[in-house]
Amino acid sequence: MQTNNKQTLISLQDLSFSYDKEMILEDINLEIHAKDFLAIIGPNGGGKSTLLKLILGILTPNKGSINKIDSIGYVPQNTNINTDFPIKVIEVVMIGQGLSKRKLFGYAKEDIAQAKEILGEVGMLEYADKKIALLSGGERQRVMIARALFSKPKVLILDEPTSSIDVEGQKQVYELFKKLNEEITIIVVTHDISVVMGYATKVAHINKKLSFHDTSALSTKIDTQTNHVCEVELLEMLGKCKC
Amino acid sequence: MLEALSYQFVQNALIAGILVSFIAGIIGSLVVVNRMVFLVGGIAHAAYGGIGLALFTGIPIFAGTSLFAILAALFMAFITIHQRDKIDIFIGLTWAVGMAIGIIFVDLTPGYNVDLMSYLFGSILAVNQEDLYFMGGLLALILLALLFWYKDILAVSYDSEYAAIRGINVPFFYTLILILSALSVVVAIKVVGLILVIALLSIPIYIAQSLASSLLGMMFRSGVIASIFTLIGLWFSYSFNLTSGASIILVAALSLMFFILWEKLR
Repeated sequence: MQTNNKQTLISLQDLSFSYDKEMILEDINLEIHAKDFLAIIGPNGGGKSTLLKLILGILTPNKGSINKIDSIGYVPQNTNINTDFPIKVIEVVMIGQGLSKRKLFGYAKEDIAQAKEILGEVGMLEYADKKIALLSGGERQRVMIARALFSKPKVLILDEPTSSIDVEGQKQVYELFKKLNEEITIIVVTHDISVVMGYATKVAHINKKLSFHDTSALSTKIDTQTNHVCEVELLEMLGKCKC
Repeated sequence: MLEALSYQFVQNALIAGILVSFIAGIIGSLVVVNRMVFLVGGIAHAAYGGIGLALFTGIPIFAGTSLFAILAALFMAFITIHQRDKIDIFIGLTWAVGMAIGIIFVDLTPGYNVDLMSYLFGSILAVNQEDLYFMGGLLALILLALLFWYKDILAVSYDSEYAAIRGINVPFFYTLILILSALSVVVAIKVVGLILVIALLSIPIYIAQSLASSLLGMMFRSGVIASIFTLIGLWFSYSFNLTSGASIILVAALSLMFFILWEKLR
């Protein structure tokens, strides 16, 4: 396999998680390597968000183990909270900083420079000193991505990043992921199946158990250049492999 | 009017008004952005239990109200951290039980009691030197907390879930905000009374929120706006012999009305 010589960043072994007696995830094994673009799909209530929370360390598994690197950036699903909060875009980005290495009061020059650089990367530099309330859903999403990138993570995790933005905004956000993926690993939970074909290199389908698909083999069979992949066709293809 | 300024009690009232306005501006901003306005309303009313306790036992009023307000704040912090979805019920409970305890203590206190109205509606003209020290000390404490933790407080207030992922101790900061709110309520009771505290902690903040583009800017503007309301309210109170707390709040409420009209017409 081509992934053998790649560095493993996150690995889950025999992971199980349950709330009370209800089993949410069962015997999950997953390895995430450097520069993967992993899409996590599956039905609502299938355990997608729970898996993310386990990887992020918000929840702890009942069984199994997680080995992971520390440098993980996270973009939550709901970025519409507190939209009238009096805070500038650049301040939101700098919240992404960890607890160590920071000035007592005010922001360090190098932090401001870094925040501006990252805002430039996500195409939001001109909004740096704007109040977050003045931004559209798609623009706010980019700011949240910048916040996650501020700590220079090796892995970026996004929970349904395009659910609250329009089609044009979605396309821009995924183009951004593609660019970021040249440097870092991307894990994205999504309902948007056409994205899975257009961008992801690997797909994990989660419904209590995990089935794994390497789409690099599939993508040769489907013309992704047309920007349209029939979702039924795709589901059929994913369903055909015995897993 | 100007000769009034030579009186010690008028000078004290002006200093107290400005100190409490900045305390209310800073803490009110935190309370509003964390959606804790009614939570702090509950703490303010629970503080009445402390007034009753102080009258009954003879301890200083400040000590009694601080004790009850802080106990209520700790209780509210516990509920906020563990059962936020049920917070409404516990606000109502704290609000009413605190007042009930106060009333019973006052009943049990022999003899004629001091004017309880002054605690309900404020008595800024009766502020003494110790009160001013308490207010100044509290403002210094709040500024110190901001100096150390502004970025953490900002992160927790804006997005508590994300702050937790970044390793910030969210329960600690909720508790800190509520304890500082409780102490602010205690000093604000002196100026506007416990029933009207909630207005001082929200009206200037509402105006400042739409004028400011950062939390720090919102705090500072709230303080300035609250000071203006307090000084104008005091002037009305002195000139027309009206209750000071009620005058301040009505000045604030009228200003808010004009502000909203101005925003709509702009």
